[in-house]
Amino acid sequence: MKWFWCLFFAFWPILAIAVCAVAPAYGWWFPSAAASPLGQRIDDLFYMILIITTITFVGTQAGLAYVLFTGARRTDPDVDQKAWFSHGSHQLEVIWSVVPAFVLLFIALYQLDVWADYRVKDMFPREKMSQLLEDKLHQKRTKHDSLALAEVTARQFEWRIRYPGFDEDGNLLPLMPDPQPTDLYTVNDLHLPVRVPVMINLKSQDVQHSFFLPELRVKQDAVPGLVIPVWFEAKSQQSYALLCAELCGWGHYKMKAQFVAESDEAFLEYLRELQRQQFFDGVAEAAESAEDDE
Amino acid sequence: MSAPSTTGHEAGHGHHHNPEDRLALLKQIWMFSTDHKVIGIQFLCTTLLMLMVGGALALGVRWQLAFPWENMPIFGNLFAGEGGQISPEYYTMLFTMHASVMIFLVIIPVLAGAFGNFLIPLMIGADDMAFPILNALSYWFIWPTIICFGISFTCAGGGPGNGWTSYPVLSALPQAAPGSEEAQFWWLIAVTFAGVSSMMGSINYMTTIINMRAPGMTLFRMPLTIWGMFITAILQAFALPVLTAAGFMLVSDRMLGTCFFIPSGLVVNNADPTVGGGQPLLWQHLFWFYSHPAVYIMLLPAMGMVSDMLSATCRKPIFGYKPMVYSLAAIAGLGFIVWGHHMFTSGMNPALGMTFMISTVMIALPSAVKVFNWIGTIWGGRPEFNTVFLNCVAFISMFIVGGLSGIFMAAVPVDIYIHDTYFIVAHFHYVLFGATLFGVFGGIHYWYPKMFGRRMSEGWGKLHFTLTFIGFNGTFFPMHLLGVAGMPRRYADPYLHPYLEHLLPLNQFMTICACLMGCAQFILIANFVLSWFYGEKAGKNPWLANGLEWVAPSPPGHGNFEVVPTVYRGPYEYSSPDRDEDYWPQTEPPVRKSPAPQPATEPAEASHDASAQS
Repeated sequence: MKWFWCLFFAFWPILAIAVCAVAPAYGWWFPSAAASPLGQRIDDLFYMILIITTITFVGTQAGLAYVLFTGARRTDPDVDQKAWFSHGSHQLEVIWSVVPAFVLLFIALYQLDVWADYRVKDMFPREKMSQLLEDKLHQKRTKHDSLALAEVTARQFEWRIRYPGFDEDGNLLPLMPDPQPTDLYTVNDLHLPVRVPVMINLKSQDVQHSFFLPELRVKQDAVPGLVIPVWFEAKSQQSYALLCAELCGWGHYKMKAQFVAESDEAFLEYLRELQRQQFFDGVAEAAESAEDDE
Repeated sequence: MSAPSTTGHEAGHGHHHNPEDRLALLKQIWMFSTDHKVIGIQFLCTTLLMLMVGGALALGVRWQLAFPWENMPIFGNLFAGEGGQISPEYYTMLFTMHASVMIFLVIIPVLAGAFGNFLIPLMIGADDMAFPILNALSYWFIWPTIICFGISFTCAGGGPGNGWTSYPVLSALPQAAPGSEEAQFWWLIAVTFAGVSSMMGSINYMTTIINMRAPGMTLFRMPLTIWGMFITAILQAFALPVLTAAGFMLVSDRMLGTCFFIPSGLVVNNADPTVGGGQPLLWQHLFWFYSHPAVYIMLLPAMGMVSDMLSATCRKPIFGYKPMVYSLAAIAGLGFIVWGHHMFTSGMNPALGMTFMISTVMIALPSAVKVFNWIGTIWGGRPEFNTVFLNCVAFISMFIVGGLSGIFMAAVPVDIYIHDTYFIVAHFHYVLFGATLFGVFGGIHYWYPKMFGRRMSEGWGKLHFTLTFIGFNGTFFPMHLLGVAGMPRRYADPYLHPYLEHLLPLNQFMTICACLMGCAQFILIANFVLSWFYGEKAGKNPWLANGLEWVAPSPPGHGNFEVVPTVYRGPYEYSSPDRDEDYWPQTEPPVRKSPAPQPATEPAEASHDASAQS
């Protein structure tokens, strides 16, 4: 029976690794390749840690299996041997303290860059963001104006989105901290330019939520009372899932929205369409159609 | 040394131990006894009962994830008004209460309460705890917790639904979570009672371990179980007041409108804007300042117990006793400065994220040292593959997984993605169930003969172990994959999101495994109860182990030891070449073999003892 138990403990790590190996084939893995450059760096980090931990996992489980098998052998009837009377080994203790310490320190320091680029405000790609706003979207702005393109306010159980509107000449206005009469609004449908860093201001109207774009590997809590800038960059022109990752009440699972990454022109056109719909008073269009009839 | 408690005790009890009455302790568990062994068994029975309650709640969660919005069998009748269907509100209540029951009524009290109470005086050679009445109170304060949790179930809405972390503003404003208005209040009161219970225990343990050790029981001759309990008690005493204070702040936010955690101008559920001025992140800091050390409170005693059991079942000294003690202390010390890793995505200052990340990564180090030392303990041993040993090996094997998956979330950028996904759920179940509960199962089998004078059934024990191990891994290992696939926690219906739809079959498999694991616990309960009456009778020292508890009768009478034990060596001197037997009880005076050995080759400790004696 003891051999059965040795095999039992040796077998399960093999099974675990086999399951992980076939998991991507069944879709039990990342929903897609990271759809943002920073997400790609997060994935690389994930895989690096996965390799280090897999080696450690295999090593320790194999070590465990080895001591089980050799221990079981010692209790065979033909072996008349006491257990090894040892209180440990100073050398081994030093080795298995120092080596993991260096590996762990390496992991800790290696990832600081990604974290800093993601969260430290001074490291945000401000140059690229202001280029986008001024050159591509023709925003009339001073250097103190917000670089954010939209304000996302989470509430139970939806995402409310506020974009800046256009001035009388049709130029995009900067996003102001407080709502303006020209602002444009949507719900659960976030549109932003593709292949360029974009920033949103994240707020909450009621309880805590969390802004989660799984394909882009972006997650940031929306905390009541705080305005948190979040930046990301979508690699391809498509629609991505946007959901809530922090328990916000009974309808937490229902905070389903989409993030559409599109070209600069399409984004501007989208905003203009929003403006048309929002300021539609029924009179102007009726007059236009009357003119057409004539 | 222990005179005050002795007199206090003798006065309080006219009971004398009858060695023939093996159910003597059992007969006292319904009384307001102040005997530490009775209190320990009371804790154990209560926590096993609560384990079943918490497990049933978990099965409710699993049912919804496997068969969303389908009528639930058996428990579905409990909410027949909804046709047996789990509503989203009910779902939030299920996972909130599953976590609350398991943490506050199972894991913390089973380690510190049950094993701490039963083992500390026995293992250090004391006749009882330093403060027996306080000790009894620490048990009886568990009941107000149970009652308040019970009341919260009966409140409109079916219970608190804000998660066991109860983050404000959701938990601070009654209108934020309709249905849990009253329930959240009762939940907070219940947690406060659990805290009072823990605090009384921890003061008692610290005092007892420092002041009431038997002659010769130096700090570095203490079993690792006692070290684990001691360090846990320190953690409790220093961290718990913060949670208690935070809990009262949240209660007053709800009842008095104090707004510690509520900013101004929030419009929640169309109510008037809040007046506010508070900061919700403050709660997270205060909550995790307790609740992260609490994770170690839920682990360190089990680490100690497993060390003791491994050494005895492998007939081998513990590998690296002092590194084991130091790493326990290091885990506890670092445990105080890692709480921020629960808040990497919370919007706190990113520089804080960096510092917390480095301390979090470094806490893996003492954990790794412990794993290597456990493997080293088995190395060269003669393990008997009994239920105790199997559970201990499972503890190590599962703790490796839980420890390694922790590195992913310690890495802040990776945590951005996996935070609040099932990866986290997998991680803490591997630590709290995979490690701690397997350690507890081992501990129950190992110390059962001391508690009741009988052994538990080996066959049923192994069956329980096998089914639990398979069910556990079948349930929780795939959660890592769900997490990587981006499935968030606490979703009543994840399949609403197209990118998660294909995970349904995997979730169904996990639920089947969870049911298997749940059913297996009935085997443990049956084995536990029936062995009281039908178990094989055990003598003083059924495992031929060294610890002081094995010198006392099984079960020990009031006052524990027939004579005050004197300790001559550490608890792990197994298979010494100086002896014919492969164990060397701590109380056995050193006897020189003839011819007398050369002083130079004599073990350092033994010679020290001998000189101390003379």
